[in-house]
Amino acid sequence: MRYAMAIDTKKCVGCSDCVVACQTENNVPIGYCRDWIVEVTDGTYPQLEIEIRSERCNHCDNSPCVRCCPTGASHYEPGGIVTVTHNECIGCGACINSCPYDARYSHPEGYVDKCTFCIHRVNKGQQPACVAVCPTKCMYFGDLDDPNSEVSRILKKRKYKTLIPEAGTKPHVYYLI
Amino acid sequence: MSNSRRDFIKITSLSAAALAVSGKFLYSAHASEKTQQTFTANAAADMVRTSTYCEVCFWKCAGWVYKNEDGSIKKIIGNDDDTNCNGRLCPRGTGGVGMYYDEDRLKTPLLRVTGADGKQTYKEVSWDEALDFIAKKLQEIKEKHGPECTALFTHGSGGHYWGNLLKAFGSTNIAAPSYAQCRGPREVAFMATFGESLDSPEPTDIRDTRCLVLIGSHIGENMHNGQVQEMSDAIDKGAAIITVDPRYSTAASKSKFWLPIKPSTDIALLLAWIREIINNNWYDREYVEKYTYGFEELKAYVQPFTAEWAYGITTIKPDQIKESAREMANAAPAVIIHPGRHVTWYGDDTQRLRAVAILNALLGSWGRRGGFYKPEKIEVPEYPHPPFPPVTRTWRMAMGGKYALADLALANGVCDATIPSPDLNCNIKGWIVNGTNLIMTLPDKKKTIEAINNLELLVVVDTMPMEITGYADVVLPECTYLERWDDLRVVHGRVPNIALRMPAAEPKYNSKPAYWMAKELAKKMGLQDYFAWENFEDMLDWQLKEIGSSLEEMKRIGVKNFPRTADDLYFANGEEIEFSTNTGKIELKSTAFQDEGFDPFPVYTPHMEPPAGFYYLNYGRAPMHTFSRTANNPNLTDLMDENKVWVNPKVAKEWGLKNDQLVYLENQDGVVSDFAVKVRVTERVRFDSVYIVHGFGHSDKKLSRAFGKGASDSQLITRVLVDPIMGGTGMRGNFVTFRFEKESEVKS
Repeated sequence: MRYAMAIDTKKCVGCSDCVVACQTENNVPIGYCRDWIVEVTDGTYPQLEIEIRSERCNHCDNSPCVRCCPTGASHYEPGGIVTVTHNECIGCGACINSCPYDARYSHPEGYVDKCTFCIHRVNKGQQPACVAVCPTKCMYFGDLDDPNSEVSRILKKRKYKTLIPEAGTKPHVYYLI
Repeated sequence: MSNSRRDFIKITSLSAAALAVSGKFLYSAHASEKTQQTFTANAAADMVRTSTYCEVCFWKCAGWVYKNEDGSIKKIIGNDDDTNCNGRLCPRGTGGVGMYYDEDRLKTPLLRVTGADGKQTYKEVSWDEALDFIAKKLQEIKEKHGPECTALFTHGSGGHYWGNLLKAFGSTNIAAPSYAQCRGPREVAFMATFGESLDSPEPTDIRDTRCLVLIGSHIGENMHNGQVQEMSDAIDKGAAIITVDPRYSTAASKSKFWLPIKPSTDIALLLAWIREIINNNWYDREYVEKYTYGFEELKAYVQPFTAEWAYGITTIKPDQIKESAREMANAAPAVIIHPGRHVTWYGDDTQRLRAVAILNALLGSWGRRGGFYKPEKIEVPEYPHPPFPPVTRTWRMAMGGKYALADLALANGVCDATIPSPDLNCNIKGWIVNGTNLIMTLPDKKKTIEAINNLELLVVVDTMPMEITGYADVVLPECTYLERWDDLRVVHGRVPNIALRMPAAEPKYNSKPAYWMAKELAKKMGLQDYFAWENFEDMLDWQLKEIGSSLEEMKRIGVKNFPRTADDLYFANGEEIEFSTNTGKIELKSTAFQDEGFDPFPVYTPHMEPPAGFYYLNYGRAPMHTFSRTANNPNLTDLMDENKVWVNPKVAKEWGLKNDQLVYLENQDGVVSDFAVKVRVTERVRFDSVYIVHGFGHSDKKLSRAFGKGASDSQLITRVLVDPIMGGTGMRGNFVTFRFEKESEVKS
């Protein structure tokens, strides 16, 4: 089993619904976020292109954050989901600095927090909150090891990329382009 | 007005202690075993849910409110059975919890009082006192001027109760700024063409379209949920999108054709498209012959409007005009030239929307799959009440016979009818303003305030201390939609349906639902027979049983879809249809306009251009905000807390502007924005325009998160181009330049 997410940049409108849905689902305090929107504009008027991406932890196979964690709070869950055990986290911030995606933040209560792919929902057979709420249905989540999962099927069909592949982290959030 | 009897009052801080944020952080609360702790964030919240429909915007998506174990509201999730949202709320709906938790909310009724020193302040009063005061004042107005000299401005669910109260009292001056400040021109244009208006949600069959044409409509930035979802479905199915917009909107970035038009020239493009489609025989000949009136005259009329002619006006190259016309024709009849929503731009808006309607008619998209479907809704009976008294005078009498084609009241018309003049016989003296911040909603703030200064009574009903509340005699704090019952939401759509809103929590502070306020006020005015139900739940149960449901059922399912009464979503092949126009046909040539002395075909009129150093002031929406209503919502300001002025890099270079630099905007009439706004240098905006998102630049300090953030486009819209056909207030005829400092800072 290997969980992954595919996000269609051709459909995303950058509305930030994924951000606020994550905040209310996961009690992320106002002023912080586990996912966010990036908009990249290319070209000059009127020859233009925009790529809009909903970004979050890439749940990498080779996660610098897990490697550098001095207490083992950052760890892999079954399916490759990277999570932080809050009461084992000492808030040293090494993981925040090691992450090439800037996917982690320091929670005001003293631990480091990040996207969990909504593992508490996934374990109950639900989609992550961001995927479930997206009005454009631009996000796909599922098991890459299952060739019939939505995410496997869309990645077979479409061109995609990952972010900063040169960092060698083997990220598992794919952007359909 | 120097001798104003009404000073603006800032709502005094009524709650010393800000309310504790009640969203508790479960990670700290559960110090249990490792995995358990990390994964149970939401366990409790899945247990209790109550039905609601959203009030953050007019789309009114149905959803479920989930609560924490302590009963506090946690999150709102869309109802899967709701055709407006299909289980997916937009960011504003998801962030609707912030409306409930906003500590700046209005908390208790307030009454304007004048102290011994002549200073006006608000005094906290009981509901009884507040409503007694209003009842007495309304009675005085009735005796002195007649009941018709009162008016209601409304946006949202409370309008029905206040409207019934006003009608029972003897006035029909009920206006919604969503008409003359927003969608009115398209309703009149489609009525004139097809004999039907569009209403909300628009019956656009986007999910099955093969070509979607957006003219200044920025779906995706306007988060009209169902349409955003269907546009995404259409992209999936390979539909072509054509976007006409001077700005590279989000929709433009998803488009096969983006036509970066010069602002104010859209009618020229539309006329050229009509000509291309007629002259190339790309129109639906059978449909046009069977259903339309005036084709030959239209054909003769458009002959001068070549693509080359339009190029000189619109700056859109002739081959782009021709290719995009061919794209539409290839898709026909599964093509939608979208009517848009906020269409009050240049004062010739009804004619522009007529051109849109004509184009749809030529391509045969009205009544066809992938074009416009025929909506159906279920009739929910009104709870029995005595007939409303007859009314002899209305706001229309102040208009001197103008705007006969307006089928709803004009908010600006009511405003005009409030300013006394020798030739008016209906001076309005009392306003009830429900859920609409007229100071930012109506253009020309000075005029709005002049009208307010001539009132004997201004009642404001709202959840938040908006700018308008500072001008009120009485402020009535409404509880949010998450804390109240309301009328059933009745949707006209592909499938007729209803949705239930019930309280998920008790009203916070001393706030109350609008239906309660209206009924209590009615009792004090001897109008209780118009609100004959004992309590609101019983009234809903009665209505629901009349249509084959019940309150018990609706509490369980939230949304009920009813079967259509006929299989008539689209026209059947060769069906005989009588359209509700004078000719019984789709009127390419409008007899109704002609009868009223207006052009029966759309005419292109050049509009003013910005003087040197000035730029078109274009404005629009951001997906996480609704007008100026949400600018203080803690969850939504977290996503976007200010607007920025978008400036093309060439313009930025000329002025030496850098990203995030603060500038003031000054318009053609010398009006300078209250606050400085940050610059966003971007290629996405044309060199002759700037762009800002509407709804920011709040000047009421009680909006602790919104005060002073960004610039208000409404403040800079002082030139209003009134549509002679239906009285809509065109707002795009304003130009701005940059100022780096300001002599006096804002005083409020």
